[in-house]
Amino acid sequence: MQVPSHVEYERANSIDHALSLLTRPETRVLAGGHSLIPMMKLRLAQPELLVDINGLTELAFIRRDGDELRIGALARHADLLDSAVAGECFPIFHDAERVVADPIVRLWGTIGGSLCQADPSEDLSAVFAAVRATAVIRGQAGDRTVPVREFHLGPYETVVGPGELLAEIRVPVRSGTGSAYEKVSRRVGDWSIAAAGAVLQLDGAPERPVVVSAGLGLTAVGAEHFVAAEAEEFLRGRAADEEAFAAAAEIAAEHCHPAADQRGPEDYKRHLVAELTTRALRRAAARVTLEP
Amino acid sequence: MTIRVAVTVNGTEYARDVEPRLLLIHFIRDELGLTGSHWGCDTSNCGSCVMWLDATPVKSCTVLAAMADGRTVRTVEGLEQDGRLDPVQQGFIECHGLQCGFCTSGMLMTARWLLDHHPDPDEAEIREVISGQVCRCTGYENIVRSVRWAADFERSGRPNRGGPDRGGREPA
Amino acid sequence: MTHPDGSAPSPGRGFGRRLRKEDQRFIRGQGLYVDDVRLPGMLHGAVLRSPHPHARILSVDTVAAQAHPKVKAVITGETLASLNLAWMPTLSGDTQAVLATDKVRFQGQEVAFVVAEDRYSARDALELIVVDYEPLPAVVDARRALDAGAPLIRDDQPGRATNHIFDWEAGDAQATEAVFRDAEVTVAQDMLYPRVHPAPLETCGAVADFDRVTGKLTIWETAQAPHAHRTLYAMVSGVPEHKIRVISPDIGGGFGNKVPIYPGYLCAIAGSMITSRPVKWMEDRSENLMSGSFARDFHMRGELAATRDGRIRAVRVTVLADHGAFNGTAQPSKFPAGFFSVFTGSYDLEAAYCQVTGVYTNKAPGGVAYSCSFRVTEAVYLVERMVDLLALELGLDPAELRLRNLLRPEQFPYTCQTGWVYDSGDYPRTLRLAMELAGYDDLRKEQEAERAAGRLMGIGVSFFTEAVGAGPRTHMDILGLGMADGVELRMHPTGTAVLRISVQTQGQGHETTFAQIVAEELGISPDDVEVVHGDTDQTPFGLGTYGSRSTPVSGAATAIAARKLRDHARLIAAAMLEVDAADLDWERGRWFVRGDPDQGRTITEIALAAHSSLELPEGVEGHLDASCVYSPPNLTYPCGAYICVVDVDPGTGKVSVRRFVAVDDCGVRINPMIVEGQVHGGLADGIGMALMEVIAFDDDGNCLGGSFMDYLLPTSLECPSWELGETVTPSPHHPIGAKGVGESATVGSPPAVVNAVIDALRPYGVRHADMPLTPAQVWRAIQGRPFRTDLAIS
Repeated sequence: MQVPSHVEYERANSIDHALSLLTRPETRVLAGGHSLIPMMKLRLAQPELLVDINGLTELAFIRRDGDELRIGALARHADLLDSAVAGECFPIFHDAERVVADPIVRLWGTIGGSLCQADPSEDLSAVFAAVRATAVIRGQAGDRTVPVREFHLGPYETVVGPGELLAEIRVPVRSGTGSAYEKVSRRVGDWSIAAAGAVLQLDGAPERPVVVSAGLGLTAVGAEHFVAAEAEEFLRGRAADEEAFAAAAEIAAEHCHPAADQRGPEDYKRHLVAELTTRALRRAAARVTLEP
Repeated sequence: MTIRVAVTVNGTEYARDVEPRLLLIHFIRDELGLTGSHWGCDTSNCGSCVMWLDATPVKSCTVLAAMADGRTVRTVEGLEQDGRLDPVQQGFIECHGLQCGFCTSGMLMTARWLLDHHPDPDEAEIREVISGQVCRCTGYENIVRSVRWAADFERSGRPNRGGPDRGGREPA
Repeated sequence: MTHPDGSAPSPGRGFGRRLRKEDQRFIRGQGLYVDDVRLPGMLHGAVLRSPHPHARILSVDTVAAQAHPKVKAVITGETLASLNLAWMPTLSGDTQAVLATDKVRFQGQEVAFVVAEDRYSARDALELIVVDYEPLPAVVDARRALDAGAPLIRDDQPGRATNHIFDWEAGDAQATEAVFRDAEVTVAQDMLYPRVHPAPLETCGAVADFDRVTGKLTIWETAQAPHAHRTLYAMVSGVPEHKIRVISPDIGGGFGNKVPIYPGYLCAIAGSMITSRPVKWMEDRSENLMSGSFARDFHMRGELAATRDGRIRAVRVTVLADHGAFNGTAQPSKFPAGFFSVFTGSYDLEAAYCQVTGVYTNKAPGGVAYSCSFRVTEAVYLVERMVDLLALELGLDPAELRLRNLLRPEQFPYTCQTGWVYDSGDYPRTLRLAMELAGYDDLRKEQEAERAAGRLMGIGVSFFTEAVGAGPRTHMDILGLGMADGVELRMHPTGTAVLRISVQTQGQGHETTFAQIVAEELGISPDDVEVVHGDTDQTPFGLGTYGSRSTPVSGAATAIAARKLRDHARLIAAAMLEVDAADLDWERGRWFVRGDPDQGRTITEIALAAHSSLELPEGVEGHLDASCVYSPPNLTYPCGAYICVVDVDPGTGKVSVRRFVAVDDCGVRINPMIVEGQVHGGLADGIGMALMEVIAFDDDGNCLGGSFMDYLLPTSLECPSWELGETVTPSPHHPIGAKGVGESATVGSPPAVVNAVIDALRPYGVRHADMPLTPAQVWRAIQGRPFRTDLAIS
């Protein structure tokens, strides 16, 4: 088995302690480690210092606070999958977590870790973009918030700077919302060939709903900020029907940048975007409860 | 440079000075000589390294020994208690749930955790929980049956007579 | 089943479902695998590998690595050359670089070896070695390997001008052409059996310990053929064979991947000789996938000639075999394309012909691995796909077409058009049972309804004839070592026994099944038989375990040795009872006087007497030992009928395997539980290869399947619950009527899955698409544009 190069290790005993350690260059946060340690074993990442934050249990929560769902960065994938409150507000979380990695990895990998790893194929990046979440970044000077849609600067690069820690994700909860995630991979546990997450806020009569707002997240297809912005815009104000979904899906497929690789050629990936966006929209709409 | 890692493994306390980069699987195997857990890949896919860290199964090739400092670890060597095999171990024997044995320790630890939390899993749940662990020999069929055997055994309330050596015995 | 030599089996206490003895240590985590071996003073080795698929080596600078405080030695090709160890023979009579000297010829090839105090330091030290390469154009596409002007890979061989290795043919070209010329119907199809990898869960490795004082070399190895390795080491290392001990301890899966001698083993040996300490080398997974023996990589063109009413008349195949940079296929020397000529399949053909061309490419060596039974997987895939293509052409049901053409029981033993003598089988019965278990007619009705509703359901059939148990020693040898295997059986004075065998279990349960054979013959409990294997100091010579040969060869040897021992026991019993040996009969562990059954002696009593001071007749020796070196008169030919049901999502191309029914006929089953386990494992292989496994290369020769993130193995969620059945047609020439079975399911399942997927895509007019049928490939096939799976997707 491949092994990491030399590194130093410190265990943070408080958030402030972690933040002060994180000011040192070439320092990485160690939470679940299930994104970072594999990269260190392949020596694609060679930090000088690891700051173990697993003891900072105050960052491991999932709760509803009024009209916000708040997810601590140290919440594990399995926690999100098992969270009734998260699943009630946003079935998309359960859809996605069910197909992230595998059951054992989900016990250790964290929400924060996955977002901060910023892999272009990370399912949660698209999911949190779709739900229009906000990242809360804690620094020695206090907290700052960044929309998740602005959180990623590029592959493996986020706005979290030295001396900062992603503390939590906040998701606005609106009535009349349904959500879903559709993913295709070559095999269970593999990264997505492509995936689409849809969040629909609907209004109007239950038999003729109208889209108030749409959140469309795309995984692994080079969508800017993991979002199908043009398709979202298209759907706003439109009747939430098959025709609109299909048209939005085409727009989403047109505006992403899938690259051919061993998961598939470009034409197939683009087709998948259309297909999966349609399916996600359909299921998201079906999960909306509108008062007559 | 080294750091001190103190871990309680299968009820016994150990402390070693190790490099911070040392992976937990290597700590358990090479430092402590507990070679019942294995490694089989570079990318956290195969699951032959699964053991418990504080009562939660973990792919021990993907955590540092340092992360286990002050915590408890349970490996396959810790399943047998007072000379009695755990029902999951007995199940794997009864149902031919292993062939080469290399994935087995990881499968056993996951099975034990599953039954501790879901004492009556159906086939789909068993397949789901082991879906992050690879077996090249069994085609998974008998692993599923072995876990079901253990679940049935535990639910039957029969006393666990477990061991001693029952290999090769006449079929019932 | 009376053996041709006249010995007869005797119903004893052996065969049947029996729990495995070896499980006791494995479920406690007390197996001993090579990486578990820890010796005092042991050092760790690591291999530096080439990033280039083809490059000249200008210089190798090891100064910085040698200066690393924990490094004890750095070995290069130059070091080995001075010991005459830089090149080693392969199992195919070629040579392979142990550590590259002039050039590197595949990405991942061994260039240097570091020996350090621990595995982490060894890995660090690799980064301190500086190699200056001059990259060369690489041959990546096997179909271009023989182009004029193709880069020459093996310029180490004097006089070589091309990348051509061999041409080989079997069957009758002219007779076959005559049939094709006047055939009413012909179908043809190009098909690739892509490069895949056995990927046993335990990677390959060794601990070498050369004792300077005694001159003894002890090497723990992940080896499926420890004795053959010992002989080869003696030829190559300068240590005489009686001073070499190879120990294969517990092995975490082999599947053919652990047959070859890898450069890492020789480097460990050299490292031990240089440092005077034991040296352990364990490869990591990427090394295993990128440099360890791959499997398949056959580019095939199949043709089938038939009558309009569905009688198959002839099959013709042309094959381009990609052997990688060194010809290291592990197969009998007279069979450069293995047993591929069994592509005649399970049908009565008028004629058949195949032509195989082997070429070098800038890829890892190998080819014969992954439960291929020496290329039988390729042969079965070819013929079973062709039969389905004929069914499509004629508008016939594929099961019905097979039933019309399968060999009939009265035709056995059957000599096929390429010379194999199939020993026994009742093929129609086997297929009918599979159809019954599957509810075949109902499945076809359901498929009609699904198709009408726009859903894609597929049913795939595969019928295979396997050829296993190599083999008759005058026809089959590996590097000149005839494929006979020896066993030694000894009964102790107190009536328990020890059996020493030459074959090497890697999970197949030999400690249990071989004990069962002895138990069956001698009427004692399998618990009373200790099976010793894996240590060349303690076991007789043999060619090891692969090609499903353990039961056909060593199983036969065991039965015969047990019968010899029983016959010797008869002479002892006669002396004990003071009667003529001819007056004794045997039943259930006891020789007794015919007509006076109370007068008898159990085998246990006889064992004690044999070691006592009992007076024995002239020429009869004491003790109760027997041995046998068995050269099988023929291979054995297990068969099977497999039916796979799939559902395909046309919007995504995702294939879901709903059901898999497998009826196997491997003759007499020693332990049905173990046989079924072997089948289960092989069926999972079929899903893997058909749907997700491939080692592809990009234009620059980069290996794209170098980790388990890219080389995908099936999990519990891709596999259905297997539905098994059995028929039993004993092998007439095997002492217990048994045939091999270890690889049957791996051979028979890929075509069943592929046939099912293609069947599902029938509404789109899809004839064929190459494995793996990933979602992308399936979707593309639906569009009419499937792609080549051995190259990078673009």
